[in-house]
Amino acid sequence: MKYLSEYRNIEDTQKVLKQLEKSVSKPWNIMEICGGQTHGLVRNGLLELLPDKIRMIHGPGCPVCVTPLNLIDKAIELLDQGIIVCSFGDMIRVPGSKKSLLEAKAEGGDLRILYSPLEAVKIAKNNPDKEVVFFAVGFETTAPANALSVLHAQKEGLTNYSILVSHVLVPPAMEAILDDEFNSIDAFLGAGHVCAIMGFKDYYPLVDKYKLPIIITGFEPLDLVQGIQMAVDQLEKGIYKLENQYARVVKEEGNIQAIKVIQKVFEVGDREWRGIGNIPESGYKMTKEFKDFDAELRFGIDNIVVAENSLCIAGDILRGLKKPVECPQFGKTCSPANPLGAPMVSSEGACSAYFNFSEHSIF
Amino acid sequence: MTRDLLDKIIFSTFDNPYLNQKHDGAIVKFDGEIAISTDSFVVSPVFFKGGNIGELAVNGTVNDVAMCGAIPKYLSLAFIVEEGLKMNEFIQIVESVKSAADESGVLIITGDTKVVERGKGDKIFINTTGFGEVHPKADISSSNIKAGDMIFVNGFIAQHGMAIMSEREGLEFESTIVSDTTNINFMAMNLLDKFGDKIHLFRDPTRGGVASVLSEIATDIGMGISINENDFPLEKQVAAACEILGLDPLYVANEGVFISIVSADVATEFLAEMKKDPKGVNSRCIGTVTLEHPNKVVMNSSIGGKRMVSPLIGEQLPRIC
Repeated sequence: MKYLSEYRNIEDTQKVLKQLEKSVSKPWNIMEICGGQTHGLVRNGLLELLPDKIRMIHGPGCPVCVTPLNLIDKAIELLDQGIIVCSFGDMIRVPGSKKSLLEAKAEGGDLRILYSPLEAVKIAKNNPDKEVVFFAVGFETTAPANALSVLHAQKEGLTNYSILVSHVLVPPAMEAILDDEFNSIDAFLGAGHVCAIMGFKDYYPLVDKYKLPIIITGFEPLDLVQGIQMAVDQLEKGIYKLENQYARVVKEEGNIQAIKVIQKVFEVGDREWRGIGNIPESGYKMTKEFKDFDAELRFGIDNIVVAENSLCIAGDILRGLKKPVECPQFGKTCSPANPLGAPMVSSEGACSAYFNFSEHSIF
Repeated sequence: MTRDLLDKIIFSTFDNPYLNQKHDGAIVKFDGEIAISTDSFVVSPVFFKGGNIGELAVNGTVNDVAMCGAIPKYLSLAFIVEEGLKMNEFIQIVESVKSAADESGVLIITGDTKVVERGKGDKIFINTTGFGEVHPKADISSSNIKAGDMIFVNGFIAQHGMAIMSEREGLEFESTIVSDTTNINFMAMNLLDKFGDKIHLFRDPTRGGVASVLSEIATDIGMGISINENDFPLEKQVAAACEILGLDPLYVANEGVFISIVSADVATEFLAEMKKDPKGVNSRCIGTVTLEHPNKVVMNSSIGGKRMVSPLIGEQLPRIC
């Protein structure tokens, strides 16, 4: 637990908080990109400990939350076709247009909950007479393992394995948020684990174009307050640059091996984001070479289109325009037991963080 | 594997006068109040590090009876066996039931075995119902809980859930985490002998973990519960496994673990008594009952913040116990 316990140290965290109180002179809006950071802030009670002048805006970095509704319907369609669908646990309770994957499972669908896509390859190998699809959701962080599963399947000569891809990328999303005229963001805490894979070269142009600080930040309490402190230092001085608070994990060039694997299987393409809409060049799709492993093409489900739930304001939440508690449905018609949208379901979703951990909980 | 064969194994293993009556049911005598608890066990995998479904089915129900403040005496035992379960596995499970029953001092007095077609079950399901005599000094009821009461746990949390998790298909990871499934009836009865009605509540935080049980209690009593993150006994390897899998140990299932809510005036002696028991050496006080934040459990985080602890919605781990 080294590198974790040090960053959960109460004295060190309190010291930075005190320092922060001294150094902040005016209100600043800071967006943490990653849902893991949102949860870190809420579950440690940090939001209440931060100086009043600092307002944290919760970003779109929850892969489950930004996966469009039609992808869930596509996965359910695969289950209905008798295909074994494998998924990360988070995804299964997110409502599709008619039901969630979990409900489809209860109706008899063969849904397997996995921690690693490589396990799905094993399942494909053990079930040669069945088609097996892995629901490849996520940001840059899960892309290497998902890509690797395809390479493994290819190497094993498996013809019954494919992936349903819904990969999204962080920098284009940040750009889309900043291009929104209603945005009020003064600085970003960059997503530490995404940068651990991809490095942070892509963020320099954003700093220059939008003239705001970006601090690549970790997830533990001390990481978060240090990241906020570094952002505030810059804001107070009126400067903007890229800084790396999470240097114990993140290198500028990222994980070269992982990037190679991604580039072999995926290429950048347009992607739809739940609640935000289509963002050009904001996700991954399969390269031509690996088309046979693309579940959408293989099973002819690429045409499924459905409308989002009109009561759910996930788009405003994900762009940081509204806080979960500002949603009229929050804690009333929408709760983790009966979620209207993904941010209330996912362990990284802002709505679920508020519902489960903060004083706004209705329990 | 036929039912007759299974019955033979069962009768020869559990051999006792009540069972040997071979009636449709067992006739037993109780003086005074009795506590009854039933539970079905569908854990997958059936064999896991530190135990198997057999001892889980005994300990789980024995502990539930003990949590009512009663001395567990008898168990009913019903198997639903899926075709294809290996005979040696069945025998191993039955033997585990027997040794767990012996250890906790209960007799298997009636039972049933059904065999279902392949695909209609998951190797083996077990239902047990436990019967116990209410301890003469026990007055266990959430309505006895008062503000200021102290909350204790008898050992490391989340161990059982993580042991199961480490062997589940698709989630395997290497660890030496072993389930702590065990009976805690003797420990609980000893505490009742010594502290009687000063003990206001016993509860075993199986499914949904400590967080869910405490949330239920807070809602039940209409008072608040305040807990401290730093006070939770958590074994290092379990903490690391939870960290890797992104699970909150507060929501992970437990076996052999129980929560006691006790009048504050006996708190020190109570903790000392718990620690004397081999199954309680890691006992801790984890929190208090308070008039603040009624119906809510609030945790003081390790870095000095506060957070709500809400009950588990759905399942953090599918089908643990």
